[in-house]
Amino acid sequence: MKLNLLYFAWVRERIGLDGETRDLAARTVGEALVALSALGDGYASAFAEPYRLRFALDQDFVDADAALREGAELAIFPPVTGG
Amino acid sequence: MITVRVQAEAFDLGEETRVLSEGRTDIGAVASFVGLVRGGEVEAMTLEHYPAMTGKALEAIAAEAAERWSILGGTLIHRHGRLLPGDPIVLVAITAAHRGDAFAACAFIMDYLKTGAPFWKKEETGGESRWVEAKNEDAAARDRWN
Repeated sequence: MKLNLLYFAWVRERIGLDGETRDLAARTVGEALVALSALGDGYASAFAEPYRLRFALDQDFVDADAALREGAELAIFPPVTGG
Repeated sequence: MITVRVQAEAFDLGEETRVLSEGRTDIGAVASFVGLVRGGEVEAMTLEHYPAMTGKALEAIAAEAAERWSILGGTLIHRHGRLLPGDPIVLVAITAAHRGDAFAACAFIMDYLKTGAPFWKKEETGGESRWVEAKNEDAAARDRWN
């Protein structure tokens, strides 16, 4: 599954990228995290505590069990702290 | 009905409320909230956001408020970038015929924005910087509207 990935806040800092395009063997957001975690220490560190992560698929908040589709924009970030 | 802006520049509450009520005689109430950078130990704060999603998320929150209360208009502004203590971060101003709707819609938008808009704060203290953690109270404040 080809995905446009975006990372924000400390997720971005730990991975060292603000975004990338990757082809991952994943059908859901949760499976994408598992596939990404295997890519290196930065990813593993960013995704070590899944309960501290939030996700948006094509700019809408989703849960980890949300289904991916080819070419989707998947953003991974900590709980928001605006306002 | 509610104008949403995401910007680096500062804003002026007086000017925003003047624009909302200018030339109108149907508005009986303007309720507003302005959030500021709290100082103390914090020397500066940087707000990161998700540009492709931020406007959409704020528009959805504003539309929900307009659905729930009888309001006439409003402005919602959220800043991003590096800000200093005392700087304004967020503005909500709501106009309505009556105060109840204006107060409620204003508070609702702030409570929803805290947990539903993709912004992240990083604070600078004593030469170090750290990401602000989300608060459980913010989720509780949102859930009181359900």
